[in-house]
Amino acid sequence: MADITETSTGSATQAAAPTRPAKRIKWEAVGDHAILIAGALLMLVPVYMVFATSSWDAITIHRQGMQFGFGDQFGVNYDAALFEYGGFTDSVNGMTMLANSMILGLGFAIGKIIVGMMAAYAIVYFRLKFATLAFWMIFTTLLLPLEVRILPSYEVITWMNLGNTYTGLIVPLIASATATFFFRQYFRSIPEELIEAARIDGAGPVKFFIDILVPLSKTMIAAMFIIMFVFGWNQYLWPTLITTDESLFTLVRGIRQIIQSYADGSETPDYGQAAALAIIAMTPPVLIVVFFQSWFVKGLTESDK
Amino acid sequence: MAQVTLDKVRKVYPNGAEALEPSTFTIPDGELTVLVGPSGCGKSTMLRMVAGLETVTEGEISIGDRVVNDIDPADRNIAMVFQNYALYPHMTVERNMGYGLKNRGLPKSEINERVREAAEMLELTEFLTRRPSQLSGGQRQRVAMGRAIVRKPDLFLFDEPLSNLDAKLRNQMRIEIRALQRRLGTTAMYVTHDQVEAMTMADRIIVLNTGKIEQIGTPNEIYEHPASTFVASFMGAPPMNLLDGEAAQGRVTLTGGQVVPEAHVNGHAGGLIVGIRPEDVQPSPEGELGFDVDIVEELGAQRLLHGRVAGQAFSVAVPKDKAAAADTMRLSVKPGAVHLFDTDAGRRL
Repeated sequence: MADITETSTGSATQAAAPTRPAKRIKWEAVGDHAILIAGALLMLVPVYMVFATSSWDAITIHRQGMQFGFGDQFGVNYDAALFEYGGFTDSVNGMTMLANSMILGLGFAIGKIIVGMMAAYAIVYFRLKFATLAFWMIFTTLLLPLEVRILPSYEVITWMNLGNTYTGLIVPLIASATATFFFRQYFRSIPEELIEAARIDGAGPVKFFIDILVPLSKTMIAAMFIIMFVFGWNQYLWPTLITTDESLFTLVRGIRQIIQSYADGSETPDYGQAAALAIIAMTPPVLIVVFFQSWFVKGLTESDK
Repeated sequence: MAQVTLDKVRKVYPNGAEALEPSTFTIPDGELTVLVGPSGCGKSTMLRMVAGLETVTEGEISIGDRVVNDIDPADRNIAMVFQNYALYPHMTVERNMGYGLKNRGLPKSEINERVREAAEMLELTEFLTRRPSQLSGGQRQRVAMGRAIVRKPDLFLFDEPLSNLDAKLRNQMRIEIRALQRRLGTTAMYVTHDQVEAMTMADRIIVLNTGKIEQIGTPNEIYEHPASTFVASFMGAPPMNLLDGEAAQGRVTLTGGQVVPEAHVNGHAGGLIVGIRPEDVQPSPEGELGFDVDIVEELGAQRLLHGRVAGQAFSVAVPKDKAAAADTMRLSVKPGAVHLFDTDAGRRL
């Protein structure tokens, strides 16, 4: 210790500290990790099994159930799932359904964001009579999801002749209390002075919205986009109800439809293809979450403006 | 360039609170007028009414020869600098400064030229492509100034622009803002609660208290002839000593029983308040006032002695080279340094 000077004492002892004691096993850490690993396995094993199963032919799956190993039908199944025309009318393949799902997911997410932002803009920045009441009315619609009001909604859409159209598929789902609520909270945290500065700078309501508010909200928009896209992508009940034309089928629906259409006949249901389609259906939401993840966290937690 | 006139301007908020009593004054062209007062005195309300961010309940505001009551803030040809700068966080410095001009539909070349010119004036040229979050507090303040300058407004409005800066930077920016305003010759209204800022920057000071104008005058007038006990105690650090006293037969006697020299009562009789600034009295063996010292505060350049005169709290500022005093001393008062106020309203006699 003689050569350690006054000034270096602190850093020297700190540097020495990690090597000194033999590593002790921290049982809490082991326990934590065991729980996390178990949870992760619980989530991932089914996904893996679907993936593995998608590489087998239908007969094997029918006989032996889901598979853990990989078979040799990988290319065949995915090719069939994506490009083979099927369905009752032979007018739909995997690519069509992928496109339809994409349109539904994007239309749903973008529509909800636009409507939610504009509603929040009106509630937060304009002196409206009953603004609070309007907000709470929007908020209570959270208690009335589509499934509850599905019959009247169906009634309205068919009356408007919007059955079997993208409009009918997307528009009734667009009004969003969740997005309105999140954007409202976000807008309220933007400092008052910014609005005043913009007013003095000659930005009217529309300019302020587009030039200031939208760019400031971009992390929030990204977060909303992820949530809403995945939500829209996974819609099942409403598309089932409103589209009978097979060219408008979405992937989520198609998975069932494949099994259904074969099961109606006397053939073995093509489980391999269905599994492949399930994997295809899972991929875009996963990719979106992976790519937007950092924005997502920022949007929901960051308050630095 | 324009003068600003407020004619019986009054502000009552929807909940019935009167933020500003009817106020009338004129700010001459090219002058910097400071609105000063404690928080809640109505100074910010007044500024925001001139900016057009608050409605006017009664009265008329004119900028130049135009009544602006019903004119949109953007069309008043004003520029405002906010306390927290209010820069657009997602825009570069350049776009922050040019945004107002872009909205006015100026050609790009002219916007660029004006922004470059302002940036040079404020030494911001190398930061033009940065975002506000990448700048220090002082630099952000400059960008906010730049945004005001590029508009070539008739009137600058400053809403406590320096209160987010540290003390050293504040002193520096104070001088810069003053110099800039002088150079551009633009009329300016400046709101602050800091009396030092008010004294050092203003051509003219308006002292406000509880929604009422207490006094309008040059820094010198305000300091030398405060119109009320409020102004007397608000302007000046350390504040003026205010003592209870009584006038009889042309002489003023403190309530504790000492005769005040240099007091010109002008025929007033009865109770009054005597005001003496701490720097207007000096220890001297033949002084008229007896002073008991309790505490000595060392300020470096000077020394503050806190104690009592005739049993009432009293402070004295002495230069640093005078020796720290004993427990009791005599004080002499400078000629003309005794201010007298009435007891009820606190107005100057």
